[in-house]
Order: sequence, then C-alpha cells, then structure tokens
Amino acid sequence: MTRMFDQVGGAADMVRSSVFWFTHSRFEFHQAAQQSVTIGVESLGVTALTSLFTGMVLALQAGNTIGNIFGEPIFVGTIVTFSLIRELGPVLTAVVVSGRAGAAVTAQIGTMAVTEQIDALYTLGTNPIRYLVLPRMFGFLLTMPVLTLFSNLFGVVGGYLVAAYALGVPGEVYMTDITTFMDVNDFLHGFIKSFIFAFMVAVVCCYKGISTRGGAEGVGKSTTGAVVTTIVLILVLDYFLTAILTAFGI
Amino acid sequence: MIKIVDLKKSFGPKEVLRGVNLTIEEGKTTCILGGSGSGKSTLIKCLIRLEDATSGAIIVDGKDITKIRSEIKLAAIRRHFGYLFQEGALFDSMSVGENVAFGLKYLTDTPLSEYPKIIKEKLALVGLKDVENLNPSELSGGMKKRVSLARVLAVNPKVILYDEPTTGLDPIMSDIISDLIIDLKSKLGVTSVVITHDMHSAFKIADYIAFLYEGEILLYGTPEEFRKTDNPYVKQFVEGSSHGPIQMKLKKD
Repeated sequence: MTRMFDQVGGAADMVRSSVFWFTHSRFEFHQAAQQSVTIGVESLGVTALTSLFTGMVLALQAGNTIGNIFGEPIFVGTIVTFSLIRELGPVLTAVVVSGRAGAAVTAQIGTMAVTEQIDALYTLGTNPIRYLVLPRMFGFLLTMPVLTLFSNLFGVVGGYLVAAYALGVPGEVYMTDITTFMDVNDFLHGFIKSFIFAFMVAVVCCYKGISTRGGAEGVGKSTTGAVVTTIVLILVLDYFLTAILTAFGI
Repeated sequence: MIKIVDLKKSFGPKEVLRGVNLTIEEGKTTCILGGSGSGKSTLIKCLIRLEDATSGAIIVDGKDITKIRSEIKLAAIRRHFGYLFQEGALFDSMSVGENVAFGLKYLTDTPLSEYPKIIKEKLALVGLKDVENLNPSELSGGMKKRVSLARVLAVNPKVILYDEPTTGLDPIMSDIISDLIIDLKSKLGVTSVVITHDMHSAFKIADYIAFLYEGEILLYGTPEEFRKTDNPYVKQFVEGSSHGPIQMKLKKD
C-alpha cells in the first residue's frame, strides 16, 4: 500500500517536473516528432486490425439479436457507430497503444535507467524529464486521438462489411442509421477520452521506466507493471469519464 | 577545492556514509579506495547530486551544493564536473560520434560546424581513431570506457569523477587508462577523483589516497604514506589479503 502511494507521489512529481521543463527550456521538437512517428507507426497496424474485427463482431451480434426480436436487423449502423465512437474506439486504441508503444517506452527508459544512461544525461547538462519524458508525452498526446479516429473508421467499415454481406442490410440504410442519430457531441465524448487516456499512458509508462531499478529483471518487471497498470486504469477511468461527460451533456 | 564535511547518507535503515570528511585538492588526483559496498560510488554520486546526502555539506568554490534546490542552478554546478561511469553509460541509440558531441549541445555554445573537429580531437586524446560512426554495442569494454571519457572531455570539465575506471579491463588496458588519467592531469590540469579498488592503478595515478571503510575515511595521505602505514585495515587492503581485521561479508544484508 505504501509502495502504491510512493509511486503515485513519484508520478505526480514527474508531471510537476514536466510542466517545469516545458515552461523553462527549449522544447525538443526533433525528439518529439521522432517519438510521434514511432508511437503512431508502431500502433497503427494493430489498431486497424483490432477495430476492424470489433466493428464486425458488433454488427454481427447486434444484427442477430435485433433480428431475433424484431424479425429484421434494424439500426445496426447506429449501434456499431455509437459503441465505437463513444466507447470502444478510445478504449481499444488506448489498450493497443499501451501494449505496443507504452511497453516499448517503459522498456527503453528502464534500460537506460539500469545502465546509468539516465544519470549520464544529468551529468551532460540535460534533464531526463526534458529529454526523454516530454517528447514521449507529446508523442502519445498527438498520436492517440489520431489513432482513435482511424480505429473508429476501421470499425465502422468492419460493421458495414458484415451488415452488407452477412446480414443483408443495404449500404445506404447502414449509412443513414449513422448520420441520422450521431451528432458532434458523440465525437467530442470519444475525443476527450482518448486525450485523457493518452496522458495517463504517457505518465505511467514513462514513470515506470524512470523508476526502474535492478538490472534486466527490473526492466521486465517495470514493463509488465506499466502495461497492467495502464490497462486497468483505462477501464476504470473510462467508467468515470463516461459518467462525468454524460453529466455535462457530452 | 572541494571540501566534504561530515557527509552522511542512508538508504532506508541502512547507513552507507557515516560522516565522511575529506578535502579534494585542486589540480591533483585523489583516489578513494574501499571494498565493494563501502560507499565509494555513493560518495561521488553525492558530489554531483545524483544522490542527495542525508546530512552534512559539500563545499565547492565556497558554496554548499547540498543546499541547492533549483534544478537550473543544479545543472549549472554539474557543468563543472565530468563523470566517467563504470560501464561507460554510452547512449545506445546514438553513434559514438553523437555520444561524444552530446554534452556540447547542452553545456556549450559550440556551433554545429565545429562538432566533427571536436569529436575527432577528443577521440584522438583517448587514443581512438575512425570509430565515430560505430554503435556503442560494437565496441569492446575498454573502448567503451575510452569513448565515455572522450564524451566527458568534450565539455572541458574542471573536475572529473571516475567510477572504477579500470574494473573489468585486462591489465594492459587498465594501465592505458591509468596513463590517460595521468596525462589528462598534466595536459589539462583537471582535478580528478578516482574511486577504485585496483591498488596498482591507485599507486600509479594518485597524489592523495583516502581509504573508505564502513562509511568513514579511515586514512588519508600520499601513496608513500599508504605503503608505510601500520594501520591493520589499510595494510590488509593494500596487500590484498583475506586474513586481517576486515571480514568480507559473503552475503549482502
């Protein structure tokens, strides 16, 4: 329990330090751009694949259930798109990014910590928060919402394929079901979530990396720790964010 | 001159430094001797605030650096120090050349066009040629240490801290590194603090030796004084004997 509080305190201190260096030093644009590309490219393929199949299975389940009740599969497009844009898009993307890019970030920073490369940064005139953490935070914050957008797109396409070819819903009906019931707030709902997930994944993965101790075994522990923590936090946060955003009418 | 006054450092309940008093003379090489786990590394990490001391003072140019809280002031103090890490701590995502030039970007105003010249010059100073484009993983242990030393030298520090510079190297490479440390003192006039348990190297390079035992300085003096000492602890260590007052713990506590 004390350890958990220590870690939360440590992570909070890292965020404070990040704000300090963001406002007190030249931003490492080159590093940030490089990190954004790495994080985005690493995660895009898996994100696309998982969302495509999620959209497909949503359409299949919704189509069959509604078909059994009402005799024909109606509102498949609405159900698929609602679920994706408000919930599954941001959540699945965050989980995939955390497992793919987040783990890589923790492992890389963790290895630097146990081989004294982080100490070397201090002795060579730069702060590891400024040099390692800030560019990665920027990378996650920039790429996660973009990846979520892609994920939504692939999911909707997956749903379309199943609706059109397996359930016999005409394409135009699927699209009208989407456009009639969706509004800007639904996008905003998912977008805000993906932003907050991005920040959380960045903080947890960077902090776990920086606080790594104890050689190769330590790096392994931090990396699994980072992935497990972020996935649990994504799902828990998701509930509270939904509650709060809905209360604000978003 | 660096003055360490009654420096204490604990990790949880374990007291690693129990009141170290030591003066490091400018332009001289001071070796800190001690067995594994005697607190040598912790001591020099406190000198550049990679570790924060629990109590005591470290006076550098009249200022107590243990009291500095601002991260920016701390960075300004660190720029006078170079630190040679035990395993080199080269950045493995960068080439040898980029490693050597790293400090230039953050600690100096050197224009980018001069980097290649400085990289070549500093690598030559440590006896390396045509390695700029290699990756650190392609280097041997001795080469890594020398590249790491070139990286330290690139920013012209006034004080260089060496963390076991000869550990893990063959006797010839150890001697080459020792020669380098002597060379740097005579050519550049840097102050060196070397922590080591390599007696041969210590006697060769040191102007002064401090013997650290169980978190305190047991003896401080010239190499000559160390050779002649009657102190049974120091004598045992210098002779490298398993019999004597120092009983090595076989298990870490």
